[in-house]
Amino acid sequence: MTFINYASREINCKIVYYGPGLCGKTTNLQHIFDATAPQARGKLISLATETDRTLFFDFMPLELGTVRGFKTRFHLYTVPGQVFYDASRKLILKGVDGVVFVADSQEERMDANIESLYNLEENLQSQGYDLMKLPYVLQLNKRDLPNVIPVAELKEELYRKGEPVVEAIASNGTGVFDTLKAVAKQVLTELRKG
Amino acid sequence: MPDTPILLREERFNQIKTVLARLRLDSNARVVFLVDKDGQQIAAQGDVGNLDTTSLASLVAGNVAATDGMAKLIGEREFPTLSHEGERESIHISVIGRLLLVIVFDDKSSLGLVKLRSKQIARQLSTIFEEIVRDECDDIDSPFAGITEEDIDSLFN
Repeated sequence: MTFINYASREINCKIVYYGPGLCGKTTNLQHIFDATAPQARGKLISLATETDRTLFFDFMPLELGTVRGFKTRFHLYTVPGQVFYDASRKLILKGVDGVVFVADSQEERMDANIESLYNLEENLQSQGYDLMKLPYVLQLNKRDLPNVIPVAELKEELYRKGEPVVEAIASNGTGVFDTLKAVAKQVLTELRKG
Repeated sequence: MPDTPILLREERFNQIKTVLARLRLDSNARVVFLVDKDGQQIAAQGDVGNLDTTSLASLVAGNVAATDGMAKLIGEREFPTLSHEGERESIHISVIGRLLLVIVFDDKSSLGLVKLRSKQIARQLSTIFEEIVRDECDDIDSPFAGITEEDIDSLFN
C-alpha cells in the first residue's frame, strides 16, 4: 500500500520478492544492498534460520531519488520460500504494491516454480489482490547453471499476463537491477493513474 | 480488500506529531512512533538519534502480524498490545485499528505508565486517522498525475 507523506514529501512503496525455496530472492536483495551507495539504502534485515534460510522475511529500504519533489523510497521484502512457511508468506503480502516472482531455471525446480506461483496467486487473492492487476515481473534466475530449461519453455509454464521477463544470475548481479527497475516503473505508473 | 493508500497532508502530520510529543512527555519515553500495519512509518517523536526507525517499523509490523496470526489460531481476534522488556530498553506496541503505536522506553519510565498513557491517547489517534481516511475521499491533486516516463527513468540513472 503506497504511503504518500505530503509533509515530509516522501512516497513509500512495498515490493515483495516471491518464489520457491533457494531460488535466489535473498541473493537479489543482497546484490542490491552491496551495489547501492550507503546513503541510498538502509540496513538489510534478515530474519533467517541458523543455516541462512529465510525464516520470516528479509527487508531493505531503498531510496531511488526524487520525482516531482517527492523522495521515492521502496521497501523491498522477500518471503520465506519453503512450502511450510505459508502463513508467513501471506502476512508479508499485506500492503504490497508490486511483486517480483523469482523462478529457478533449473529443470529439477520446475515443479517448485509452478507450485510457488500458484501459491502466490492464491495468497494474493486471500489478501484481496489480483495478480492480473498488480505490478508484476517474472525473473528467470540462475541462467548460468548447466541444467537450465530454455526461456521459451519456462515462459510457457510461468508467463501470466504480458509481464516483463528478465533473465538473471542474481549471484553476480546480472538482471537484478533490470528486474527492480521493471517492477518499480510499473508501481510508479500505477501512481500516475491515481 | 486491500487497504486504500494513505495520503498524509501536512496539517494531519503536524496533528499526529503534537499528540506523539505529548505522549512522549507524559510517559517519560525515549521515542514514540506511529506505524501502519503494513510497516510504513507515519511519524516519530523523541530521541531518534541512531535508531533505525524504518527497519524498526517493518519489524514491528511483522511482529504484530505474526502475533495476530497466533491469536487467530487460538480463537482470539487479535492481541491488542505487545511488550518486550529488555535489560535497559523496552518496547510497548498498541494496536489501534490500522495503526501501531510504538513506545521505546528505558528505566526512566515503567511498563505500567506507558500502558496507561498509550491507552489514554489511543482514541485521539484513532480519530485523527479516521479524518486522514476521510481526506482521501476528497480530490487531492496527486503530484504523480503528471509524472512522465522520463521522470521515472531518471530515478535509475
